[in-house]
Amino acid sequence: MKNRNKMPLLAAPYGVWSVAFIVIPLIMILYYGFTSKADGSFTFENIALIAKSDNLKALGLSVVLSLISTVICLLIAYPLALILKALKFKGSSFLIMIIILPMWMNSLLRTIAWQNILENTGILNNILTFFGLPKAHIINTNKAIIIGMVYDFLPFMILPINNVIQKIDDDVINAARDLGANYFQTIIRVILPLSLPGVISGITMVFVPALTTFVISTILGGSKILLIGNVIEQYFQYIYNWNAGSGLSLVLMVFIFISMALVNKYDKEDEVSAAF
Amino acid sequence: MENNKLIDLQHITKSYDGEMILDDLSLYIRENEFLTLLGPSGCGKTTTLRIIGGFEKPDKGKVIFDGKDITNLAPNERQLNTVFQKYALFTNMTIADNIAFGLKIKGKSKSYINDKIKYALKLVNLQGYENRMPDSLSGGQQQRIAIARAIVNEPKVLLLDEPLGALDLKMRQDMQYELKRLKNELGITFIYVTHDQEEALTMSDTIMVMNKGYIQQIGTPEKIYNEPENAFVADFIGESNIIPATMIEDKLVEILGAKWQCVDEGFGKNKPVDVVIRPEDIDLVEPDKGIIKGRVTSLIFKGVHYEMEVEANGFEWLVHSTDLSPVGAEVGIYVNPFDIQIMNRPESDDEKAVSELEKED
Repeated sequence: MKNRNKMPLLAAPYGVWSVAFIVIPLIMILYYGFTSKADGSFTFENIALIAKSDNLKALGLSVVLSLISTVICLLIAYPLALILKALKFKGSSFLIMIIILPMWMNSLLRTIAWQNILENTGILNNILTFFGLPKAHIINTNKAIIIGMVYDFLPFMILPINNVIQKIDDDVINAARDLGANYFQTIIRVILPLSLPGVISGITMVFVPALTTFVISTILGGSKILLIGNVIEQYFQYIYNWNAGSGLSLVLMVFIFISMALVNKYDKEDEVSAAF
Repeated sequence: MENNKLIDLQHITKSYDGEMILDDLSLYIRENEFLTLLGPSGCGKTTTLRIIGGFEKPDKGKVIFDGKDITNLAPNERQLNTVFQKYALFTNMTIADNIAFGLKIKGKSKSYINDKIKYALKLVNLQGYENRMPDSLSGGQQQRIAIARAIVNEPKVLLLDEPLGALDLKMRQDMQYELKRLKNELGITFIYVTHDQEEALTMSDTIMVMNKGYIQQIGTPEKIYNEPENAFVADFIGESNIIPATMIEDKLVEILGAKWQCVDEGFGKNKPVDVVIRPEDIDLVEPDKGIIKGRVTSLIFKGVHYEMEVEANGFEWLVHSTDLSPVGAEVGIYVNPFDIQIMNRPESDDEKAVSELEKED
C-alpha cells in the first residue's frame, strides 16, 4: 500500500508533460477548429472546408495512396515473417535489425535519398541509361509517393507482425499439420487468425502516418500532388489560417480514431508496445 | 502378442548440428500396443516420436507404417495423430472448433462432425464444453481436449509427447487411468513418451528404455523393473542397490565378500558381474540371521515405508521397509535368492556403446 500511495507522485512528471504537450494542444486545435478566423465566434465552416472539391480530392488521394502503401507493406512483411518462422533461421533477429536499421536515420534524409534515386537525372535513370533502357519517370508521380511511404513505414509493419508470428508455438502449427492441414490451410486457418492482432497493429502504424504525411508528398511528389497533409500544412504555413488548418486536422483525426478503435478491438495483447 | 508390426523403424539415424541424437535405431510397434519410450531428457525419445509423426526427417533409415514407406510423407499425409506436451490447442477457436479441425479439413458433413464432437467430449468426460475457449480451461481439461481433437480423426496410432508433463501430481495420476481407459475403449496403438518411470510402469504394455540415442532394454513393465539388463536401466527405473560382484558358480554369487544364494545360472565360473537388489527386497533381520551384518546410519519416514541406509561391508545399502530399525542399530541383511538380479558385465553391442559413451562424459 505504501508503494501504491507513492504512485501518483511518481506519475506527476508524466502528468505535467501530457497536459502541456497533449491535452493543451488538443484543446487549442479544437478551439481553433470550431471558431471563425474573422471574429472568433463558434462555427462549423472550418470543418466544412473538407467538402471543398480540392480538399476532398486531397483527402481521397491520401486515403488511396495510404491504403495502397499499407497493402504493399503487408504483402512484404507477412510473407517475410512466415519465411523467418519456417526457416527457424538463427540470424533472423539480426535480419530484422537490418530491416529496421534505416528507421534510426532521419526520415527527411531517407526521403531526400529517394528523391535522388528517382529523379529524372537520378541514380535509377543513370543505371537504366547505362544499360540502354528507356528512362523511368517516377519522380513527382503517385508512384514516387507510394515508394517513399512503403520505404519509410515498412518497419512499422514488419515489427508487430513478426513479433506475433514468432510467438506462435511451433507445436500449434505442427498440430494443424498433424490434423491433416497442408501448409496453405495451416496459414489460413491457424497462423492468420492467431497473428491478426499484429496485422491490425501493423496496418494502423503504417496507415496513420501515411495518411497524415506531407514531407514525403512534398519531396517526392513535387508541388503538383497535394495530399491532405499538404493542404493542412499550407493553411498553417502559408495562408496563416490556423482555424481552417485545425478544422481539417479534426476531420483527419476522425479517420485516425476509427483505425485506433479497430486496434483496440483486436489488439488485446498490446502488440504495439511489445514490438518496441 | 504376435500381432502384426504396425510401425517399423529401420536403422534410424538423426543428428543436429553434428550431435548424434539417434544412432541406427531399429524398433517395431505392434497393432494395439501401448508402447512407452522412457528415458532422461536428451535421450532421443521425443526425436523418435517426432520422426514417426513426420515433424522431423531422419538423416538415414526408414519409417514403415502398415507396410508402406512413409519416411518422406508430410505430417498431414500420415494416418496418425499427436498429442503435444503443451496441448497446442488453437486458442482462436472454441473447443468444438478445435475438435472439428481435422474433420473440417477432410470435408466431413456437419452432422457427422457434430456427432463426433459429442462422442469425443463424452469420451474425455467434458460434455457441454463445446462453446468454451481453450484459455478458460484448466491444464488437465486442455490436455483432454487435445486428446479428443486427435482421436476424432480415428488414427491408427496416437502419439503422445509427455502429455502429462505440465500437470500437477494428482491430475497426472488421474490422467494415467484416464489414458489407459481410453486406450482400451478405442483399441488403437499408443506411443507414449515420458521421463517419468512411474507413469511408464503404470500404463504401458511395453516399455522401451532409452539413453543417449540407444535402446537400453525393451520389455514388459514387470520385466524392466524386475530384470533390468544393465546398470542404467536398473538405476533409471526405481531405486536400487547396484553392487559389483563375482559369480562363483551357477546359483551362487559373491557380494562384498559374502556368498549369496541366487537363481541365475549360465554366467560361467568366477565371472565379474553387477547385481541389482531393489531396496524393498532387502529384509533387515537379527544380526546373526542375516548373510552380512551392518549398522543403520540414517532413517527417513516416507509415508508408505521407512527409507534406511545401512552400512555393511563397506557399502551403503538402501533399504525400504515398513518396519523401523533405529539409527545405530545393528542388523543383519538378508535377500531372497530370487530378488537378486544378476547383470552381465561382458558387453553386448548396445551396452558397449553405452559404456563408451559414459566414459566420454
